[in-house]
Amino acid sequence: MQSADSIDWAAVIADPRFQRLHRRKSSFLWGLMAFSVAYYFALPIGAAYFQDVFRIRVFGVINVGLLFALSEFVVAWAIALFYSRIANREFDALAGEIAADVGRRSRGRA
Amino acid sequence: MSAASAPFALVATTLAVAPATHAVAGVTGGAYRWLTFLVFALVIVATMVVTYLAAKRVRSAADFYTAGGGISGLQNGWAIAGDYLSAASFLGIAGLISLYGYDGFMYSVGWLVAYVTVLLLIAEPCRNIGKYTLGDILAYRNDPKKTRIVGALSVITVSTFYLTAQMVGGGVLVKALIGIDYEVSVVAVGVLMLGYVLFGGMVATTWVQIIKAVLLVAASIVIVMLVWTPYGFSLPAFMADVVGDPKVQAQVARLLGDPAKAMSAAELGQRFLEPGLYFKAPIDQISLGMALVFGTAGLPHILMRFFTVPTAQAARKSVVWAMGIIGGFYVLTLFLGFGAAKLVGPADIAAVDPGGNMAGPLLAQYIGGGADSLLGNFMLAFVSAVAFATIVAVVAGLVLAAASAIAHDLWVGVWRAGHDVSAQEQVFAARLATVLVGALAIAIGIAAKGQNVAVLVALAFAVAASANFPCVLLTLYWKRCNTTGIVAGMVVGTTVAVGLTLVSPNLSYPKIVRVAAHRVLDAEPAQRAALLEALGSGDATRIAQAGRGSVALDKAVRKARDDLHNVEGRETSFMGLEKPLLALKNPGLFSIPLGFLAVILGSLLGRDKRAERMWDEVYARQNTGIRVARTRAH
Repeated sequence: MQSADSIDWAAVIADPRFQRLHRRKSSFLWGLMAFSVAYYFALPIGAAYFQDVFRIRVFGVINVGLLFALSEFVVAWAIALFYSRIANREFDALAGEIAADVGRRSRGRA
Repeated sequence: MSAASAPFALVATTLAVAPATHAVAGVTGGAYRWLTFLVFALVIVATMVVTYLAAKRVRSAADFYTAGGGISGLQNGWAIAGDYLSAASFLGIAGLISLYGYDGFMYSVGWLVAYVTVLLLIAEPCRNIGKYTLGDILAYRNDPKKTRIVGALSVITVSTFYLTAQMVGGGVLVKALIGIDYEVSVVAVGVLMLGYVLFGGMVATTWVQIIKAVLLVAASIVIVMLVWTPYGFSLPAFMADVVGDPKVQAQVARLLGDPAKAMSAAELGQRFLEPGLYFKAPIDQISLGMALVFGTAGLPHILMRFFTVPTAQAARKSVVWAMGIIGGFYVLTLFLGFGAAKLVGPADIAAVDPGGNMAGPLLAQYIGGGADSLLGNFMLAFVSAVAFATIVAVVAGLVLAAASAIAHDLWVGVWRAGHDVSAQEQVFAARLATVLVGALAIAIGIAAKGQNVAVLVALAFAVAASANFPCVLLTLYWKRCNTTGIVAGMVVGTTVAVGLTLVSPNLSYPKIVRVAAHRVLDAEPAQRAALLEALGSGDATRIAQAGRGSVALDKAVRKARDDLHNVEGRETSFMGLEKPLLALKNPGLFSIPLGFLAVILGSLLGRDKRAERMWDEVYARQNTGIRVARTRAH
């Protein structure tokens, strides 16, 4: 792969804005990911080991198990929308600033 | 009834039931085959026109592999859905729900949650770092030749498993739907797909996938509306009617066996909405869930879709759209599956295809007015055409992914490394690789006729989750990751996933098969006697039930005889085992952690100055998207 040789990448990483982006993204992404995985595996684990709970009827014949499975869809969509909201608003702005600065600097050098 | 006329009555009942199920000549009734072919022709012509228009835009390798990065987020979202909703999920999940109720629905959840992993960890960094292939991402900071070779081999492995499953499944499906020969179906799927990919590259593939996804969602919405309207769009009312249906209750009784005798009809019906009718071993379900949730992010044909959009923002938008479409489709599938169980009935669905794959098409036919109506047959034809388009669209994406690994990673990146490869040569190599992979897919499809290929889809996900996913994830997020780690992860992940599958219960074990077949054959006389008794009872419902029962029994006996014949003279499985070494059907539980471990240990043991030096660049770029445009211009 071509290496973008005119950019000082160590300087980009050292930029306080990049460090802020990195910290914010790391905790946010991995936290959300851990929650998503935990919520998903609660379904097969519940279906296997908590069948008595899954059987409890809530509305007519609709039981806890069905509602829980449906909630998986809602939670997955909510995670997607929540993430893209934060990313569109916060991450893109920071990343855009950093990228614009790098663009200015490398143009200036050329 | 005299003893002499009894077998005759059985044959007569079998004949009377057979036309209703069309098990022999395809689901489509003979009188309406013209309609089926007309609808198929319309769908094929639409995709051909798109390919013709797309072909004019394919000039460079970037156009061929990634549509020049010119696909919008919304378009890509639909294309991802089209690429992902294979016949297995489109027909298979509706079928599982119609036969096993709750477990089928639970199964569909993992297919959607998988995209959370793709969205949060994979899509945007891949867009910012990669160009055409998985190999590009691995080669960025590691030894390009070594990582491209292992990456390409893994891509080819995953794609070939998936491709074989699609070709065989597609051949069976088209044969069942419209009654043309298996071989003809396979060749038709292969040739059509080659036409799209060869001439239209990624542009045509994308549009074929979009058209297919739109048709699929539209058809599902129409059917679900028709199924749900009588209940005033109330979920509890609809479900109450499903569990109150005698056909559903009979299915639960059959699945449960002896314990069902102590249960009331209402209890049997309610049991259809509770877990445990399909998944018996919880650990299998968890292992499969791991392969789905982490494997999707390592599927090469899905990864490749993120190179078709211009920016990380567009990649993000496309995953969010795809999640909406895919998730919405699985919610519709809930109604398709339960609707088919209520209206068509699990016994009739299983009589056409034991796996339940025909639940959706049969429901469409029923909703339209049944097997003898014009509308019913039109809807069946439409759903069948969508199923056909589904197979072609998924196969096109897979072939493109495998061809790019061969042409871009192996030919341009390894064989001709250091040489200047002209644009014309790159496109030529891509097309040549496409023809090779396509021809191989057709050949494998025909050679694997009659094999049980369902395991191959699970295996594709397992290898993607155990080899591709750890390598991609760690090279993007872990500073110390390096070439040795990538090579070790790819080799260990793939070997363990394939190896564990080879000693799993998925293969056929002659001794076990023989015991099961003999059990069916030994029980046959008693069952026949019971059926005859019911036929002579004079009660119309019991006679109808016995008629269906005798068809099912004939099928089971025929299958048992075939099984016995197939394992004749063999004592051990393909691997020389008498019984599975491992009870686990999906290897993910072991192979995914081992894949990660191999990357980590390999990276710690091996030293690679370049990988460390390049870390700043990789990490800065994947987070900021600096120089994406410039990479695209290369």
